[in-house]
Amino acid sequence: MTGSFPLNAWYAAAWDAEVGRTLLSRTICNRKMVLYRRTDGLPAALEDACWHRLVPLSIGSLVGDDVRCGYHGLVFAPNGRCTHMPSQETINPSACVRAFPVVERHRFVWVWPGDPALADPALIPPLPWLDDPEWAGDGAMTEVKADYRLVIDNLMDLTHETFVHGSSIGNAALAEAPFEAFHGERTARVERWVLDQPAPPFWAGQLGHDGPADRWQIINFLAPATIYLEVGVAPAGTGAPEGDRSQGVDMRVIHLPTPSTDRTCYYFWAHMRNYRVHDQGQTRRVLAAGGGIMAEDELVIEAQQRAIDDHPDHVFYNLNIDAGSMWARRAIDRMIAAEVAAPIAVAAE
Amino acid sequence: MSAETEWTRATVEGLRDLTPTIREITLRLPMAVACAPGSHLRVGIAVDGRADVRSYSVVDHDRSVVRIAVKRQPVSRGGSAYMWSLHVGDTIRVAAPRCDFPLTHGASHYLLIAGGVGITPMVAMANTLATNGASLRLVYAARSADEFAYRDDLVARLGSRVAFVDASRGQDIDIAGEIAALPDDAELYMCGPLGMMDAVRASWAAAGRNPIRLRYETFGSSGQFQAQPFTVRVPRLGLDVPVAADQSMLDALEQAGVEVAYECRRGECGLCAVTVVDVDGTIDHRDVFLSDRQHRAGDRLCACVSRVAGGSITIDPAWRGDGAFFPTPPAQAASH
Repeated sequence: MTGSFPLNAWYAAAWDAEVGRTLLSRTICNRKMVLYRRTDGLPAALEDACWHRLVPLSIGSLVGDDVRCGYHGLVFAPNGRCTHMPSQETINPSACVRAFPVVERHRFVWVWPGDPALADPALIPPLPWLDDPEWAGDGAMTEVKADYRLVIDNLMDLTHETFVHGSSIGNAALAEAPFEAFHGERTARVERWVLDQPAPPFWAGQLGHDGPADRWQIINFLAPATIYLEVGVAPAGTGAPEGDRSQGVDMRVIHLPTPSTDRTCYYFWAHMRNYRVHDQGQTRRVLAAGGGIMAEDELVIEAQQRAIDDHPDHVFYNLNIDAGSMWARRAIDRMIAAEVAAPIAVAAE
Repeated sequence: MSAETEWTRATVEGLRDLTPTIREITLRLPMAVACAPGSHLRVGIAVDGRADVRSYSVVDHDRSVVRIAVKRQPVSRGGSAYMWSLHVGDTIRVAAPRCDFPLTHGASHYLLIAGGVGITPMVAMANTLATNGASLRLVYAARSADEFAYRDDLVARLGSRVAFVDASRGQDIDIAGEIAALPDDAELYMCGPLGMMDAVRASWAAAGRNPIRLRYETFGSSGQFQAQPFTVRVPRLGLDVPVAADQSMLDALEQAGVEVAYECRRGECGLCAVTVVDVDGTIDHRDVFLSDRQHRAGDRLCACVSRVAGGSITIDPAWRGDGAFFPTPPAQAASH
């Protein structure tokens, strides 16, 4: 029996603005962590359990760069070392909690739940649109009561837009348009173009054009839990399928379903656009529209998780439309298998 | 409350004498284990027919195979003699490795200092750091040229990053110089005899370095004096308890029925610190719980590791009897 997620990977644990001079508790890949910022602004991530009596450090307090347990006052530095112990003049040399590698990049605070020796920041998924001045937008996080892979399945086949998001981004033309699926060792990609058709309401509004449009929908996956969509529309016949999207509106929709437990995830998402970048109202409206779309997905995915729990022996029958999610799951499974083959050294457990 | 890890049986797969006094023991466990550098393996041993537990640093590990190395002590508390009596094919009781001495990742440089058999956790640490491409230096001191365990392996792995210090040729670790050469955020990890670790601690403090970047592990097995027998007088209980040279004061007290609280049994936690009333001889403090100031004051000692060089020590245990804490019951009072 293997787990559902690899541990040797960077996962988005929080939005940049969620982490501050307070103690934020998050469970990432079944590891309880407490996140905060040091006085120099850099993030820190410690195991959320005091070395002494396991009381969560997140209900303690910040003392400068360190966390003080709210029970007996043991203090731990950002590297996990105990720096104060009550009622003794020395500090027990064994005392420490796990410190998780943590890096802030592309507006997210990323943590590495596995072997810290392997935590190379160069492996953080590249999501440049989040901090590129040519792009604007924002996002949020939704806690979803489902296996993070169900979110990936949902995103790797956007046929569901027609049925789940019919009032905003879906229409009948989309579900019938052909698509192609590609993959690498750790990546997968699904491309779909809908040519010379009316755009659905959300996209017609973004484009400011009611006539026939060429629509693209390109899904890019990087194992284990990073997806960005290239989605947009341009007036039909203006050259988008040939590579010139300049007459249209283009978005990068970032989806990071970070596994929390085997049955829950933190679903981080953001909509970045390369048009009307100084229009704050547009950012607010797209964020609100995105939230509405996300709520529709959440309803379906959580219902699916409950149904899976009710049918523990059921094996899915995959259809043509599932090619993208199959490539994605194979890439995840390869990462998990590599860890099982070489059990990682887990410090201080 | 201690977490009781499941105990299991391991088979001795290989024995190799690394030096005249250090023997490597290769053990196969029934399951693959995770084993971070700095982990130790707990082994169930028999001392004079009694079950006891000893901890040995893991040198190397591959799934279910774990290697430890054990020093043959001239005066053993029982563990070393037991481990040296093992043959290939024997089975022993072990608990899954546990790590109380973990490496912190991300320091700009690591200085490892090992003395004698204290090299064992440092081998695993040096290998991991070298594999990860970390900047490191290992300084390894031993009593004589033939007492450097793993010398060839370390040279092959570390090249010029390992330095050997041979005490028989009058060499000594230049502790202050080693520390002065370190970048500010370097970490120092050490394992070795108490005197060496005390000297490093003092130099580290004198250099004004952050104490949390000095990491060490002690098993409380060495002191300022050779272990010798002494007597513990417990006037409150009317007992004189002899402590043999190969026995801890804690074990002797327990066997004599004097209850002492304890946890780590290696001089770290401080639970077994007993009140000293008088001492005839010199206390050989071997713990890291009490501070230097408290060691000098000498009014407490950690019974699990510390000893007396000389004649005897008089202590007052925590026992007061039930009658000491509650008012005398009314019925009893009325009968007087």
